[in-house]
Amino acid sequence: MHMADALISPAVGGALWTATAGLTAWSAKKLNEDFDDRKVPLMGALGAFVFAAQMINFTIPATGSSGHLGGGMALAVLLGPYAAFLTMASILTIQSLFFADGGLLALGCNIFNLGFFPCFIAYPLIYKKIAGENPSAGKIFAGATLASLAGLQLGAFGVVVETVASGISDLPFSTFLLLMQPIHGAIGIVEGLVTAAVITFVWKARPEVLLLAEKSSAEGFSIKAVFVGLIAAAVITGGIFSWFASVHPDGLEWALFHASGKEEFRNPEESAHSLLAGIQEKTAVMPDYGFKNSRTVQEDATASEEQWPAVSIGTSTAGIVGGGLTLFFAGLVGFLLRLIGRSRQASPGR
Amino acid sequence: MKGMPPETCGMSRLDSAVGSMKDQDRPAGRERTVRCIDPRAMLITTFIYIAVVTSFEKFDLLGLLPLVIYPLFIMELNNLSPGAIGRKLLYVSPCALMIGIFNPLFDNRVVLHLGSLAVSGGWISFTVLMVKFVLTASAALILAAICGFDTLCVALEKLKMPKVFVSQLLFMHRYIFLTADEASRMVRAHSVRSFRRKGMKIKVFGSLCGQLLLRTLDRALRIRHAMVSRGFRGDVPLIRELKAGKGDTAFVFLWTAFFIIARCFNLPQLLGAFVMDKFA
Repeated sequence: MHMADALISPAVGGALWTATAGLTAWSAKKLNEDFDDRKVPLMGALGAFVFAAQMINFTIPATGSSGHLGGGMALAVLLGPYAAFLTMASILTIQSLFFADGGLLALGCNIFNLGFFPCFIAYPLIYKKIAGENPSAGKIFAGATLASLAGLQLGAFGVVVETVASGISDLPFSTFLLLMQPIHGAIGIVEGLVTAAVITFVWKARPEVLLLAEKSSAEGFSIKAVFVGLIAAAVITGGIFSWFASVHPDGLEWALFHASGKEEFRNPEESAHSLLAGIQEKTAVMPDYGFKNSRTVQEDATASEEQWPAVSIGTSTAGIVGGGLTLFFAGLVGFLLRLIGRSRQASPGR
Repeated sequence: MKGMPPETCGMSRLDSAVGSMKDQDRPAGRERTVRCIDPRAMLITTFIYIAVVTSFEKFDLLGLLPLVIYPLFIMELNNLSPGAIGRKLLYVSPCALMIGIFNPLFDNRVVLHLGSLAVSGGWISFTVLMVKFVLTASAALILAAICGFDTLCVALEKLKMPKVFVSQLLFMHRYIFLTADEASRMVRAHSVRSFRRKGMKIKVFGSLCGQLLLRTLDRALRIRHAMVSRGFRGDVPLIRELKAGKGDTAFVFLWTAFFIIARCFNLPQLLGAFVMDKFA
């Protein structure tokens, strides 16, 4: 469920980055307020555990496919929400840097989907309510299973909203939702059972570990404060990063347009992006793979459909020639650098 | 080895992941050209690059092409293997592929004729998505390979990331090798005792992970005792100094200027038009 950079727009990526940075700072502040020096090495070791456990697959009965531990809920139960969120963020950071599993711009989205939902929504609102003050093996099992399932469903919903809002995929919102939620529902049940099995195992063997998490979990936790902060961060950053956004209506605008009949939030004339797009429009012979002269004709065409320009062989040829030359020059730069590197290696004394 | 479980025949997924991390850390120790650049400058340039690449229109394949130069230039300058980066990209490409492949299904308007071949808008947007994926993911991998993880953590701290988060990253990076090694041994032990049975039952997985978790907790306790006895008070001091010079500033500004020019002007189109004008 790790999103790649190619699937999101800078506006969505930037907004989620800011929200996640705010959550990280807030979690770090909360951890410092209630400092326990046992937590720091424990967080590191458990982060490494989840990283390793994610690589061990188990067989899903009667399907022939396999699954692995997600880790967000297990971390929340073992460390409490703040430390778990930071640990999950560190796991995803390492995965994006070393394995390109989830992009750097999409890191905010991935931390939000896989860290925020299990740690700050599913753990306090589902697991804690079910497990209660005096947990038993049965309560822990039921709470961990349901909370894991809910966390994964919310994460999958986050992926759908973020992808559609970015306007990269042509998948309609409802179709994408119908594809994602049932699949992650099935995965969530299995993952929930596995998470519950691991937590119950620890509770039986080392109940004091779960008590350590209890101490720092719900005290002073205000979900309202989290939401207000997130919305403010998203609005501010969305405004800034929308400078880089597409000139086409994005998925969120598309949804607004179909819901209200108006693209109320579109004001391209005032954005920095429109300035950049304007420059490109003036200089490009084939803007948006389109052509200057054909654009005005098309603006009069059917408004409901995304428009494509008429084709001119001359400009197409120029584009193909230019594209080929660009790739040729890029390859040439690489080739020359390699030659220089080899000649340096051959004569290290110089 | 025929008939043996996959984990015993070759490298398990864990072994290969840890091997890959070690490989990626190794080149960072060598002297290289861009390694002289401040990691903060590399980090900022990479972020700007990714933001610019993702800001391109979903059909603007041509405009995106000049941005191939950045990863190519940095890779060649630092003797990074394109094959190794390509293999990692292949491994994580299914996510982008699975979502992008719906574009040709939902957008089948023909927008381009290449001879007798009609190309739909969906195929173009799918290609743009995959090109964006390759460029952005390789930029992230190159960043980690050039700077090295420890140096990147120092850069993050200097860029005002919370200290506890940076400490967590450093701790985890060290423990991954130990924990993964332990997990790998457990998985191998299970494989050689499971009499050619493929995969692992959920119940077995639960106890295996539980055991691994208990060992991890024990290790965390031992580490804490060792650290406390050496004066640990919850903060990992990073004594490495970073000095950003004029070269670092120039690196960021020159690349940023190139990215902005490539974003604002369709360079391949201009180049093509110029060549056609001169030679046609």
